[in-house]
Formats: sequence, structure tokens, C-alpha cells
Amino acid sequence: MLAANFLLLAAVLFCIGVFGVIARRNAVMVLMSIELVLNAVNLNLIAFALMNDDVDGQVFALFVIAIAAAEVGVGLAMVLLIYRNRRSISLDELSELKG
Amino acid sequence: MSDTDRDALVSDSGSDAVTAVSLLAQSVSDGNVNVAQNIGFGLIAAVMIFAALCVVTTKNVVHAALWLVIVLGGVAAQYILAAAEFVAVSQVMVYIGAVMVLFLFGIMLTRAQIGAEDGLNNQGWQVGIPVGVVLFGLLSYVVLDAFGDDTLAEAPLTGANNEATVDIADRVLFQYLAPFFGMTFVLLAAAIGAIVLARKD
Repeated sequence: MLAANFLLLAAVLFCIGVFGVIARRNAVMVLMSIELVLNAVNLNLIAFALMNDDVDGQVFALFVIAIAAAEVGVGLAMVLLIYRNRRSISLDELSELKG
Repeated sequence: MSDTDRDALVSDSGSDAVTAVSLLAQSVSDGNVNVAQNIGFGLIAAVMIFAALCVVTTKNVVHAALWLVIVLGGVAAQYILAAAEFVAVSQVMVYIGAVMVLFLFGIMLTRAQIGAEDGLNNQGWQVGIPVGVVLFGLLSYVVLDAFGDDTLAEAPLTGANNEATVDIADRVLFQYLAPFFGMTFVLLAAAIGAIVLARKD
């Protein structure tokens, strides 16, 4: 099996995730797109682990999974706080810091 | 190489596709391609790409979360194909079990409306299409240039009987012990921070 199979699939998922981050306005949808990007990276790590016959890549993938879980927890708490204060989670309305 | 990947390559840039197809033909003639593994990979990859496109294009937030479950399950299946059983099980437990529940709670707590709705996309969301296509062209060129003819090991990592899982445990608790401790503190801080942020006082 070619290593490029996994790497190209991960590239497709990564680009779809980047498109979602750019295109979506709803904060929860942006978080979902970030999950797509993180999974693409994990797929790459697993493919490299198999290619080099070394489990270091799998260890890194486990670390990424753990950090992603923490990121989603904090991110959704922030989204909830924004919704409670503003009754909306549209990201383009959060422009107070714009100069 | 899956059909979807090849279609994407053809639509993206012709020379990359020619390179990929010639590489595929070369590896088939070498006789080092496991046909069943490739067919399984291609089917799961096609489902994953379709579901991922649905995640970023659907107009229903709950449907997007459910499509995301399919993508995450497909990623877990690819991990099993790549002989990473422990990571696959962790993926199912953490992502499909915990993160998806968090997402559904987030949707329910921030949205009274369940159903299709407009205004999920930005004004200039079309800008994302060329960005994604150009990024994919760049990534696929780099991948095919650097790893185009590398093959993955047929056998599981380092022999029989799930030694990969034992190796993971050894490395996490010996070589990567300091990052592991750091990660536990990050998780603790994230949990406390999420509680403090979301608490009503």
C-alpha cells in the first residue's frame, strides 16, 4: 500500500476543514471544522508511524487526541459564554477589537 | 489510490495525476500492492470525503454533527487499516463518545432552532473554495514529490500479538513521561477553566 494514499486523504480532509473554518459563521461549525483539520493531522501521524515501523507517531496521535478534547471543552465553554452575553454565536459580529 | 483522490487530482492538476497513476501502475507491476487493503481504503476514503463535504456545506447544524460522526468513524477505520488499534479505540471513545456529546450539548444550549437555517455561512464564503483548492494542490504536489513511491509496511508494527500497544505504553511511561505529565495538567486546567467559564453565578 502506498504511503501517498493516506497522505492524500489527509490532505483532502485538511483542505475541507480549512474551507469550513473560512466559510462558516456559526462558532460551533467552526469548531467542527477544526476537528476535521486535527483528524487529518492524526491520519498523517499514523501513516508515518506505519511507514517508519515505529510507534512514536501513534504516541503523538494520542497526545493530539487528548489536547483536542481539551480544546473542544474550553472552546464550547467560551461559545456558551458568548451566547449568554450576546444571544448570538455569529463570529462576524464579534468585531470590538477591529481598529 | 482511491477514485475520489484520483478525480480530485485530475481536476486539480494534470501532471500530478499522471505521476500518481504511473506510480500506481509501477507498484502494481512490482506486486507489492495488497488489493483488499486498497479497496477497503478507497471505499472508506470516499465515504469520509463525502461526509466531510457534507459537514462544511449542510445547512443544518445537527446534521453537520452527525456527518462529523461518520468522518470520525472513518478515521478510526483507517487507523485499524494502518495497524493502530489502540489509537482507533481511543478515537472512538474520545471523539465519537465524548467530543460529539459536547458538540450536541453546545448546539442545544446555543440554538433554540432545530432544523435547516440560513446564515450559517459568512458573506464572502466563496473565498474558501480557491483557498482550499490551492492548498490541496500544494499539499498533493509536496506529498507526491516527497513520498510518492514510498510503500507502507504490510505487517503490523514490530511483530505479532499487539506489540504496538505494549510499545505505546512503554514509550508514554518512559520516554515521553514529562510530556505526558504536562498533558495531564493541560487537561486539568482545561476542565477547571471550562467549568469556571460556563458556570452561572
